[in-house]
Amino acid sequence: MAKNVFKDFLNRKKHIIYNIEFWKTLGLLSKKNNYATEATFETKPCKLYRLEDAPSTSVTLNKEDALRMYTRMHTIRRLETSIGSLYKEKIVRGFCHLYSGQEAVAVGIKEAMRPHDAVITAYRAHGWTYLMGVEPLGVLAELCGRQSGCARGKGGSMHMYTDNFYGGNGIVGAQVPLGAGIALALKYKGTDGVCIALYGDGAANQGQVFEAYNMAKLWDLPCIFVCENNGYGMGTSAERASAEVNFYQRGMYVPGLWVDGMDVLAVKECFKYAINYAASGKGPLVIEAATYRYSGHSMSDPGTSYRTRDEIQEVRQTRDPITSFKEKIISTELVTADEIKKIDGEIRTTIDDATKKAKADKEIGLDELCADVYSINLEPKIRNIDPFTPLVHKRIGPAVNFK
Amino acid sequence: MATVKSLTLFGVANKATFARSFSTSKALSAKPMTVRDALNSAMDEEMERDERVFLMGEEVAQYDGAYKVSRGLWKKYGDKRVIDTPITEMGFAGIATGAAMAGLRPICEFMTFNFAMQAIDHIINSAAKTFYMSAGRVNVPIVFRGPNGAAAGVAAQHSQCYGAWYAHCPGLKVVSPYNSEDCKGLLKAAIRDPDPVVFLENEILYGVQYPMSDEALSKDFVLPIGKAKIEKPGKHITLVAHSKAVETSLEAAKELAGKGIECEVINLRSLRPLDIDTITKSVTKTNHLLSVEQGWPTCGIGAEILAQIMESEAFFHLDQPALRITGADVPMPYAKSLEIAAIPQPKDVVAAVKKLLKVK
Repeated sequence: MAKNVFKDFLNRKKHIIYNIEFWKTLGLLSKKNNYATEATFETKPCKLYRLEDAPSTSVTLNKEDALRMYTRMHTIRRLETSIGSLYKEKIVRGFCHLYSGQEAVAVGIKEAMRPHDAVITAYRAHGWTYLMGVEPLGVLAELCGRQSGCARGKGGSMHMYTDNFYGGNGIVGAQVPLGAGIALALKYKGTDGVCIALYGDGAANQGQVFEAYNMAKLWDLPCIFVCENNGYGMGTSAERASAEVNFYQRGMYVPGLWVDGMDVLAVKECFKYAINYAASGKGPLVIEAATYRYSGHSMSDPGTSYRTRDEIQEVRQTRDPITSFKEKIISTELVTADEIKKIDGEIRTTIDDATKKAKADKEIGLDELCADVYSINLEPKIRNIDPFTPLVHKRIGPAVNFK
Repeated sequence: MATVKSLTLFGVANKATFARSFSTSKALSAKPMTVRDALNSAMDEEMERDERVFLMGEEVAQYDGAYKVSRGLWKKYGDKRVIDTPITEMGFAGIATGAAMAGLRPICEFMTFNFAMQAIDHIINSAAKTFYMSAGRVNVPIVFRGPNGAAAGVAAQHSQCYGAWYAHCPGLKVVSPYNSEDCKGLLKAAIRDPDPVVFLENEILYGVQYPMSDEALSKDFVLPIGKAKIEKPGKHITLVAHSKAVETSLEAAKELAGKGIECEVINLRSLRPLDIDTITKSVTKTNHLLSVEQGWPTCGIGAEILAQIMESEAFFHLDQPALRITGADVPMPYAKSLEIAAIPQPKDVVAAVKKLLKVK
């Protein structure tokens, strides 16, 4: 009852949602502490391609949701900051791509996911690994190449896995058909699970992406293709790399959605819609999440030769996914500034502790050089650098597809 | 060092008082079956046995297979388990690999392995490396299969052996069967194997009939991956080959037998793991080694075998340097006479054996 009144209001007077008195009249503020237990927010509408109905633009959150989403986004930010420092300390080696600026995409999608939905992403995988259930230590230690890493330090930045999370893939675009294959398996097994396959605006031009669209549509695979458009494929802006920059329309015969990827609530609502769509047997979708990356493409890229510092600053100041969400939940009194401060402190401690542990952790022993090449190894001796000291294969991991 | 060896060819021959019969003698009495039907029955039996096994590739369903290897399977198992794909190798190899990561047991058919070059990233980077990168978490139980090697009259783009390409890569198991028994037993093993297997068939052999023992006709017939088979025992020289080159070697061996030279012919069956023990044992006995393959020489299977023998004790048992017979180091020509000249023929093997054994 009150909800209808409220929705009506919302459509006409968006500003009202920030009006505390209004909430009080709806009885949604607890009398005890004067805080809202629930708040509704208006998001930028999705752009639609070959779709009739749109995801809702009004998102209702309770305090618990708000805190969880904030915590997740902020944890990813802290995690990436810490990883950046570890890289500068030369503890993290090789390739390292940070997700800072893009947190709302992953966190919003995760909010909409059900436990049996799967994810595969590209090389910017640290945040997703954490969201899918790996503790910060598992991510940090993996990056440090240490034994507590979720892949025992054998995968590194781009190769982390856990339940329903298939990586982390270092080959640009390869995760897209793999994701369609995971979706095929989910459908084949008779579940209503969907697979979310993420790639960047750079990868969007890979031929195999279009091959995957085609087969996913032919076979109605429950796959949601997500183009995280952060504006640049390495240093090449989307406009310089793509003849068509409306990535949500590039599936041609695959319906698409554009969503504001800097707004975690818009992403959440978009993916509630998308998961429902794909799970109900309607086939794939292509979703473009418009986002921004603050750091360079990788650690070797200062990220300033192909864009201006002003551009980055402007996004940070006006569209930062964490700051904007924080302002929303504080101004509606869902959460207090003190609570946020406390959470920030806890996250800092968690990440700092995990970082310390990761740094102090050991690398796996040399006996594991030859571990888990095969789930059933058939070679009694595996060739080493020289022919005199052959290696012996070991089995350690669970081999989830063994039986 | 292996510079002085007391055993000459004739010395060995004189000492040989025992004679072993061909290992195929038992099977000769058995029912003949084409390689094509053997592959078909392997897939059929494994699909019946395990609901997770499915076949995907170009023309595998309604067309009954470009080479009719999957004949009848679509009628029996339907759209869900026999899936026609568009002509997009990279895409469907990726989809098949993703399905394997998520717990299914795909058989990914390439119309020929020439086209798998479009998809090789998924075979190597997605299928072969994921288990190691995930520290033993995500094993990828998939079979990539299709015809490999020289076909007839199709020129350079459609005639190439990829055995060495895949055998190069840790994380893969690579099988290169010769006859019907090999094909059935090894394809069943490959489908059951929890790791990615590249299964290299030979188009020219598809229609050839080979005897199938009663055992091989059984639904429980599985051959071990990684074990070579001695097709023909002999004591004077070891011929080691895979796929159609086994036939070339057997034909050469037959001709040489008429001249008193007994070749031991090893059918590798598997290129990775390579059964170097069987080769070593044979070389220890024959003291001579010749590898025979249709693929190119550079970094080839023969090159690997010779290097491994050179690095091991087996080297000291060699009376002569080991040699390779390979495809000529050129792209495959179309013209018939040139094509024949580019692929090892029995006469080439015979000549090399005679040269090695210093007989005329």
